[in-house]
Amino acid sequence: MSARTEAGADRPTLELRDVAKSFGAVAALRSGSLEVWPGSIHALVGENGAGKSTLVKIVAGVYRRDGGTFRLRGADVDFGSTAESKAAGVAVIYQEPTLFPDLSVAENIFMGRHPLRNGRRIDRPRMYAESEALFERLGVHIDPRRPARGLSIADQQIIEIAKAISLDAALLIMDEPTAALSGVEVDRLFAVARSLRDEGRALVFISHRFDEVFALCDTVTVMRDGAYVSTDAITDTSVDEIVTRMVGREVAELFPKTPAEIGDVVLEVDGLQSVGVFHDVSFTVRAGEIVALAGLVGAGRSEIARAVFGMDRYDAGVVRLGGVGVRAHNPRAAIRAGMAFVPEDRRQQGLVTESSVARNVAGVIRRRLSTAGLITSRAENKASGPWAGRLEVKTSALDMTAATMSGGNQQKVVIAKWLATEPRLLIIDEPTRGIDVGTKAEVHRLLSELAGQGLAILMISSELPEVLGMADRVLVVCEGRITADLDRATATPETVMHAATRTGDGAAGAERSVTVGRPEKQEASA
Amino acid sequence: MTEVLVHPSELPTRNRALATVLRSRELAVGLVLVALVAVTTIVSPSFLFDGEGWRNLLVTPSILILLAIGQTAVIVTRNVDLSVGSTLGLTAYLTGQVFIAYPSLPYPIVFFIGLAFGGMLGVVNGVLVAVFKVPALVITLGTLYIFRGIFLQWAGKDRVYASDLPDSFLALGNGQVLTIPVLTVGALVVLAVVGYYAHTARGGRELYAIGSDPDAARLYGLAVNRRVIGAFILCGALAGLAGVFYAARYGTVSSGAGRNMELEAVAAAVIGGVAIFGGSGTVWGAAIGAVLLETIGRALPRLGIDDFWQRAVVGALIIGAVVLDRLLTLRQERTLAAAREES
Repeated sequence: MSARTEAGADRPTLELRDVAKSFGAVAALRSGSLEVWPGSIHALVGENGAGKSTLVKIVAGVYRRDGGTFRLRGADVDFGSTAESKAAGVAVIYQEPTLFPDLSVAENIFMGRHPLRNGRRIDRPRMYAESEALFERLGVHIDPRRPARGLSIADQQIIEIAKAISLDAALLIMDEPTAALSGVEVDRLFAVARSLRDEGRALVFISHRFDEVFALCDTVTVMRDGAYVSTDAITDTSVDEIVTRMVGREVAELFPKTPAEIGDVVLEVDGLQSVGVFHDVSFTVRAGEIVALAGLVGAGRSEIARAVFGMDRYDAGVVRLGGVGVRAHNPRAAIRAGMAFVPEDRRQQGLVTESSVARNVAGVIRRRLSTAGLITSRAENKASGPWAGRLEVKTSALDMTAATMSGGNQQKVVIAKWLATEPRLLIIDEPTRGIDVGTKAEVHRLLSELAGQGLAILMISSELPEVLGMADRVLVVCEGRITADLDRATATPETVMHAATRTGDGAAGAERSVTVGRPEKQEASA
Repeated sequence: MTEVLVHPSELPTRNRALATVLRSRELAVGLVLVALVAVTTIVSPSFLFDGEGWRNLLVTPSILILLAIGQTAVIVTRNVDLSVGSTLGLTAYLTGQVFIAYPSLPYPIVFFIGLAFGGMLGVVNGVLVAVFKVPALVITLGTLYIFRGIFLQWAGKDRVYASDLPDSFLALGNGQVLTIPVLTVGALVVLAVVGYYAHTARGGRELYAIGSDPDAARLYGLAVNRRVIGAFILCGALAGLAGVFYAARYGTVSSGAGRNMELEAVAAAVIGGVAIFGGSGTVWGAAIGAVLLETIGRALPRLGIDDFWQRAVVGALIIGAVVLDRLLTLRQERTLAAAREES
């Protein structure tokens, strides 16, 4: 289709070697390597947090790498912006579609590159015609004139793909493009991907669905913990082998939960539903028990937790704490009933980083501390001292500001803040996200101790070893539904991963079997 | 579960054009305006049919139209410019001082001076907002006071009088072409040029993209900073031009000139359907909003409605416009979510 793509099949289109990227003290990518050849569809797989998205964002010019080699068609490159990578022939389809909701579908495809007629005026008829031609090629009917607002995720994804195709990119990266597509749509997407491959373009396909990886790709690279693990021809490997490499970490290296006495049911969730987000969610958490909500990013885990705590609305279902119904959409009622919520993003939602530790810890119980509406620093220090001490927050003084502390200590301050409310249930979203490996174990030990004291804990985690090491029970969420309820004995990396990707048994897409997941599922509508 | 997703968007295309027009805010605001003029004229025929009435109806909004056009360009990018009232006043005074210093200056030159000077102040706003990533609300609130402060310092109790201005310039402020005031023609020409650019040039469309989702715009590789600075320059330049218009129309410029007009400009844009969070709305709508605002100010007294109620009506219009937008968006989102659920 263009000179850009046919030049030299003797060198890879994309070459990444030992690429590293850190955010502050956290290494998101330690040593990423990837080599993609023209006319190839290359799968990139790995757990959540393995560094795939960071790698993609470096190629896309969103981030600048800290070190390592980055070559595009043999030439060293270093992109400072997305515009530069785009000009170099890289198109990226992100996990979350990035559209302009107020603008028309056609404009979303051609923004900044609108077809022009004389006088540099936008040629709308041609823009619509070209959009329609693109959609025809993709086998869909989307009105190019309608605004992008209100389109389903599947439609938005299609528009992203149309955009990438219209760019005539030599390298096309798709970050989980099929997550929200139906079977027919996936087949259509694959047909398009194959035709792009046959034109000599290089494609990178990131997916958690192994049947798709095996049906579509010719090569697979596995990443784990921000580093390259292996690259194989797809015919030389198997699903089991890849899963083992993805999760191949010793669970024992993390702090395991000490057995605690499991008591009465504390939290009872019955038939919770939020239209378009999650459905028919029912589970219980008992005193002394740690229940993990596992699943892939975007499966709806955090949304369920937020609804339970009353931050988000839900359309149907009941939440009971200690047998008493909790009012919906009212976090204050949830706190009064005895819930505590440690959000995923500490800096944004849980911690006032500019304030002192004491003020943070005392924040939620401010009313109890105040005398005639006034709070003194002394009262704050007095109230927070025992809590911070109990959690071994390493700050020389309680009046140190929280911003200057390490991630691990910040997390402890957030937990301390909520413990001061004397909750019966602690909901904690990604308890060790952004915390270095050494301090992770401390957070785990703390959670384990709290469970031992009879606290019920609902933990959301994307890190499989953490889930398996800490949880008494694992609830796997996939596309807004609980697809598996595994106890400690049956929860293994494989069972959780299979339930989270709807492969194996038990889920809606059951016909996509993994163990026989070779390309017997051919391009149905191609 | 997903069968319907395969035929994604087969929305009925029949009558779409008609539906778009009927649902457009421009038309709704235009109808309100026509009704207001009609009712006022029935009660007090001179409002429209007297020569002076006709002239006032057209010429009064011309200054606010310019401000509303510039404001729209900025609001569309999810920013706001509160300094335009000060810019207007400062430029109006500058115009007078230029004529005092160079009485023989050919008067058309002051229009370019106004545009350039206002554009310069726009650069200050744009660079502060785009480069230092401080919310425009705060930056332009600051420059509102700074520009006004400079004006007060410079002018003091002094003012520009009509006698300081050349007759040819003042004649322009009162002049007419086919019964349409020259200033109104000027504002309409600007409106047509900017409206055409916003609709048919890549740069104009990028302003909408930036306001619709700034993060997506960056991911997309659009030159976000450059476009935002451009919008602020346009807004400042038009405020400068409005300052020259002000001098031409009123002849007298004191240090209070243009005070609070930034709020009227924002109100005109919002009433005209420009979404305050960016991404949608047109300069046409904002201009009709400006005409409506100015006409309310002149029509309601004739209908015997007192000052308090005039202001309350404007307030109700603003709140009503925003609440209506919000309700429509919510309803649309809910319907779409439910439709997907059933499929």
